[in-house]
Amino acid sequence: MRTVVCIKQVLQLGDEVEFTDDGLDVDPDYLDPALNEWDSFATEEALQLRERLGGEVVVVTCGPKQSEAALRRCLAMGADRAIRVEGAGRDPFSVARALADVVRGESADLVLCGVQSSDAVQAATGTALAELLDLPRAAVITKLDYSGAGTAVVDRELEGGLVDRVEIDTPAVLTIQTGINQPRYANLRAIKQAEQVEIDVRSAAGGGTPAYRIRKMFVPERGEGAEMIDGSPAEIAARIASIVKERLA
Amino acid sequence: MSVLVIAEHLRGQVRDVTRELITAGRELGPVTVAVIGQEPGSLVDAVNLDGVAEIVTVAIAAGEFENDAFQAAVEALIADRKPRVTLLGFTVNSMGYGPAAAVKLGLGFASDVHGVTLEGDAVIATRSFYGSKVSAELDFPGADGVMLLLRPTVWAPAEGAGGATVASLEVAASPSRARHRELMEATASSDVDITQADFLLSIGRGIGDKENVEMFRELAEKMGATLSVSRPLVDAGWMPASRQVGQSGKTVKPTVYLAFGISGAVQHLAGMKTSGTIIAVNTDPEAAIFNVAQYGAKADLFDVAEELEKLY
Repeated sequence: MRTVVCIKQVLQLGDEVEFTDDGLDVDPDYLDPALNEWDSFATEEALQLRERLGGEVVVVTCGPKQSEAALRRCLAMGADRAIRVEGAGRDPFSVARALADVVRGESADLVLCGVQSSDAVQAATGTALAELLDLPRAAVITKLDYSGAGTAVVDRELEGGLVDRVEIDTPAVLTIQTGINQPRYANLRAIKQAEQVEIDVRSAAGGGTPAYRIRKMFVPERGEGAEMIDGSPAEIAARIASIVKERLA
Repeated sequence: MSVLVIAEHLRGQVRDVTRELITAGRELGPVTVAVIGQEPGSLVDAVNLDGVAEIVTVAIAAGEFENDAFQAAVEALIADRKPRVTLLGFTVNSMGYGPAAAVKLGLGFASDVHGVTLEGDAVIATRSFYGSKVSAELDFPGADGVMLLLRPTVWAPAEGAGGATVASLEVAASPSRARHRELMEATASSDVDITQADFLLSIGRGIGDKENVEMFRELAEKMGATLSVSRPLVDAGWMPASRQVGQSGKTVKPTVYLAFGISGAVQHLAGMKTSGTIIAVNTDPEAAIFNVAQYGAKADLFDVAEELEKLY
């Protein structure tokens, strides 16, 4: 049983923003890296599969040297190996092509991705990857029932509190939704050990049309926005109470 | 500029997002709406709306959505009609096949798109990055056509009867590698129905700890509000899914929506932005929820909650 988990180091923007000189992205000084939240659930799901069925968990990312921190986070959680592909574009199709070249060589029983990344919210890489690998796939999974071979039964989370139960042939690509499990914390010792693990670095082959090109990035014009209530907590509370009373009257 | 809209339906009903796609599409050019399903003819009237030039039905074997069948049908439609733009909703179903069809056909692609314009023959899409704090304009050089997954509840749903012609397209049956079994309610529960509440006090990740839920539960009770939550609290197992507001939970429209510690992810906002009066308390002044709220306060949640409790 081998599960490959494709992860991403996301970049989080704080209160302030400046753009790069070409205006095509946010200045990296304003961005804090982190393991994508969805990917921690995907990694946990893979680790639980390994605990039940044995085998190996391989984590793969597409990104610069800095993104190895996200891989090490997954190694500290318990992943066995880590691979980083560099030199691809950042749009979902370029990333999917770079990942596909690596995943193809792993002969995985399951490939897990997060549903989406918190910094780009495209929900596209996993499904595009499945197409490039010619594998069955299902998106937005909140439950996975798999015995290690044949078909798996998965729950797709639809809008409005509906769930679609699906039987899927394997190998397959599944995009994992938050809440499917409770991702484990890595202890300090595991984090230290993960620092020592050698990460297999590959170069993306390149080629293929990207999904899109960014022409311009900008701070959107806000509408009127909220009327901000200033003052002490007591003053804020008094104003909220009076608005609530007036509206519910 | 020819536009293909893929209708989305569930249990024999066309979903609202389809009418929104028609509105977005007709601003770009003549719209063809494709209805893919076991009995697509039964849904033709529901999509024959003002601005629709043509409806194409594609019959498939699957009774409910299956991504292999939808992908094959959409690929056949694109090959046959050669639209410049194909529009899908940014929905769970589309996530399962849209990017696959686009990467296979060499289309330009963008999802969660909330603005589309034309510059001559070029399609320009606008979407957000970095927690909706910045927007980007995208173009698609070198692509044969473009597939866009549009964010729900941005465009107004198309209304008014249309005079579309109706055609059908035959698509060879392809084996489904992921097969629908059953649809279930995720939130079947005897808990309160938050969609019926007039006053919701809603809490999010900002409350920090499970132990703090109780404090807000008590506050809600004192104020006469029903307690609801954003997704992370359900994911963490602190609250049942029946209390979840948002795209994957419940869509609510109370008279007053009072939010504590909810930053305002797009999926959450989609489930509450039409509430009567929205009041948000958050420590982050840039939180997206302040864009839909009428009143906001940048303050410590617990201090404000404590003071509020004294007033009731």
